[in-house]
Amino acid sequence: MEGNQDSSSHLRLQSAASLKASMLKNSTKSNLNIYDHLTRLLIKMIDEQPQNAVDVVEDMSLDIKRSLFEDKETTLRDLPETTASELLAEQQRLLFSQPEEAEQEDEQVETPLPNVSEIGFYLEQAGVGLGREEMQRVFLALKQLVESQALLRCRLWGKILGTESSYIVAEAECREWEEEEEQITDEAAEEEEREDKTSESEDNEVDPLPQSTYKTPPVVPKEAAGTGANKFFYYVCKEPGLPWVKLPSVSPAQITVARQIRKFFTGRLDSPVHSYPPFPGNEANYLRAQIARVSAGTQVSPQGFFHAGEEEGDEEDEAPQDSYEVNSDFEAIPVAEMAESLSTWVHHVQHILPQGRCTWVNLAIEPVEDSNEDGESEEKEEEPDEPEPEVGPPLLTPLSQDGEIFNTPPWSSKMSSTLTYQHAVAVLCSNSWPGAYVYACGKKFENMYVGWGLKYAGEGYSPSVPQPPQREYPSEPEITEALDPSLEEEQALREALEEQQAAQEELEDADEDEDEYAD
Amino acid sequence: MDSNLLGYSLELVAGSGCTLNVEKRTALETSLVILKKNYKFQRVLFWGKILGLKEDYFVAQGRGEDEMEDKKNLYSFNCIDWFLLPPATDALIDLVSRVTKGRFIGDPSHVYEQLEIHRQGEGEGAVEEEVVTTVNEENRLAVTVHLIDEDVSVVPRGAFIKNRRGLVQMNRSFGGLSHSEVAKLDSFLHFSKPKNLKKKSILEMGELNPALDFLDVLSDDIPKGSWSLQFECGSKVCVLRSLLWLGLTFYHVPMTPLHGYVYIGDGNKNLDLPFML
Repeated sequence: MEGNQDSSSHLRLQSAASLKASMLKNSTKSNLNIYDHLTRLLIKMIDEQPQNAVDVVEDMSLDIKRSLFEDKETTLRDLPETTASELLAEQQRLLFSQPEEAEQEDEQVETPLPNVSEIGFYLEQAGVGLGREEMQRVFLALKQLVESQALLRCRLWGKILGTESSYIVAEAECREWEEEEEQITDEAAEEEEREDKTSESEDNEVDPLPQSTYKTPPVVPKEAAGTGANKFFYYVCKEPGLPWVKLPSVSPAQITVARQIRKFFTGRLDSPVHSYPPFPGNEANYLRAQIARVSAGTQVSPQGFFHAGEEEGDEEDEAPQDSYEVNSDFEAIPVAEMAESLSTWVHHVQHILPQGRCTWVNLAIEPVEDSNEDGESEEKEEEPDEPEPEVGPPLLTPLSQDGEIFNTPPWSSKMSSTLTYQHAVAVLCSNSWPGAYVYACGKKFENMYVGWGLKYAGEGYSPSVPQPPQREYPSEPEITEALDPSLEEEQALREALEEQQAAQEELEDADEDEDEYAD
Repeated sequence: MDSNLLGYSLELVAGSGCTLNVEKRTALETSLVILKKNYKFQRVLFWGKILGLKEDYFVAQGRGEDEMEDKKNLYSFNCIDWFLLPPATDALIDLVSRVTKGRFIGDPSHVYEQLEIHRQGEGEGAVEEEVVTTVNEENRLAVTVHLIDEDVSVVPRGAFIKNRRGLVQMNRSFGGLSHSEVAKLDSFLHFSKPKNLKKKSILEMGELNPALDFLDVLSDDIPKGSWSLQFECGSKVCVLRSLLWLGLTFYHVPMTPLHGYVYIGDGNKNLDLPFML
């Protein structure tokens, strides 16, 4: 019996030993063996004591294998890569530089810098914002702008999203307009030159090309800086901390084309705008045109906050006035009332007429003011029919008079909070320009636009159809193809020519004779 | 976006202009916990907000064991009381697409009507029959939420795995995309049933990992350029915006498992996209 037991235990030991030996065999691939691996796994399990160890055993085993991986020493070193965030952080660090102390003392005068953190607080109540930290960066970037430029007034206008990057837009009132005017004259001169050149080349040619009967329609003159759609200057930057870029002023043609097209912004100011009808200018111009349209449509204030400027009182019937003053006697309208009725809100930016200007200009008569625009020479022929002047709603019109677009009311209003309505703010959001918001609370209000810079287009945008093709040149004998002459006809012609030549020679001979006699 | 990280996540997508005020955030944090318990969800997401003319719909999404199949959508006006949305069946999708247009009103019982004239017979004996098809706004909301999820819900590659039983679950060892991966659209997948995957050639399929690449890639979307990829908040977060459904924002912080998407918009598809690029 004992011998039997001995031999069986011996057998068992032997098989265990052979199993151990096979488990200790190193793998040809990884040079590991399962015995050591299980040992390590159990040690790890005893050390870490994970919950539900059986469920995560595979992960742990993988972890151990991974940790055993030996990194072979290499002489190559990683090239430290500068990421975009590092570059941006370097740029944004400048925003946090401490101002010199001397400046802080004479801060008694009113600063053009708006209190962005307060605006941000109220906007957050309204459910709008760029995020608290981002708002703070924008605040500092605005401070940088105000310090670097001589601005009378500055405001955070909003943000326009683009496909590659976004624009943060600041609205500013400047002291100096000169720079802008120079540019306009340059452009005008350039175009005149071009016209001269074309006329010269036409004179030199013997056979002048047929003149085109197409007359370019008169160009609507740009509004002077400081008035109408060009009342403010706009600065944009891609990220707070990056340099601010001043946008060029907007021309009526750009506004009218911008109304017909529907394009995303790319985020690069110098990229061309591919569209039909062709947009006059690049993305900077398009951006400026959309900003003008958004401002005209959605910049509103509580009724009574502004009142009409007095200086222009007499001219009211002629031109829509474009100035207003802050009403010092303004009394806050209760928030509940503001959230309820649209008639407590008024537009404080002029409506842009179909012409693309805020004040209508009659193109049939020659403009008296020197607007530095070309195309005036063509207007000399007086048009018999006087065009109907376009009139928009006057400044400070209540929102309740805004028209519906695509059966959608133009504004939605609400209270920021229904639970603590005693301290809520009234919020309006525009449905015609999705992304335009305004809040009012007591005597404070602010407009903000964050969106794609596109107007609500109802069910679908239908692009304008290209113009019909030009008519063919009228078919006249000079350009119609004639039949080839037959042989007989050719011979007849030759004979006739020969006869003619003979007659001429005779005549010449006679002449010579006469000359001889004269000598 | 996951309801547990609501505040932080909202801050990351705030670059699109829409956030929630503190009252709504706290209300959501309270009510979504209760919601998760009552409906026995594994996870609750704050899905987004659909802007109506009178009221806004807040939408939450509960996920069960299978993240892709077991989805339930709920809506609320005050972020406290939640109502279950009906499932979007094909018939309902068809009906809604025919009948509804324009902006949402903000009233779930609002009825959209569409008058259709059916003609029977030919010539003079034709009988004109007016058929009024109606659908209410609750159904429209259900369909819209479903369509947005179908078209533009996004996850980074590797964030979800298909396990051996065919269930789609979160990948617990997902450590986030690297900085170089995150700049490419190939690293992001549609979180909906794949449509293009089977059309790929064997050569392209060879490089894919069946556990991870069981979804469609964003870079295959038509038209090209229907996504806007940017880095925001000081370049620390990668933000993807859909140009097809304006208002959908996806965020992912590289090298962390943090990702999610939210839709805050008017609930209309941007059909003008081909003209706008």
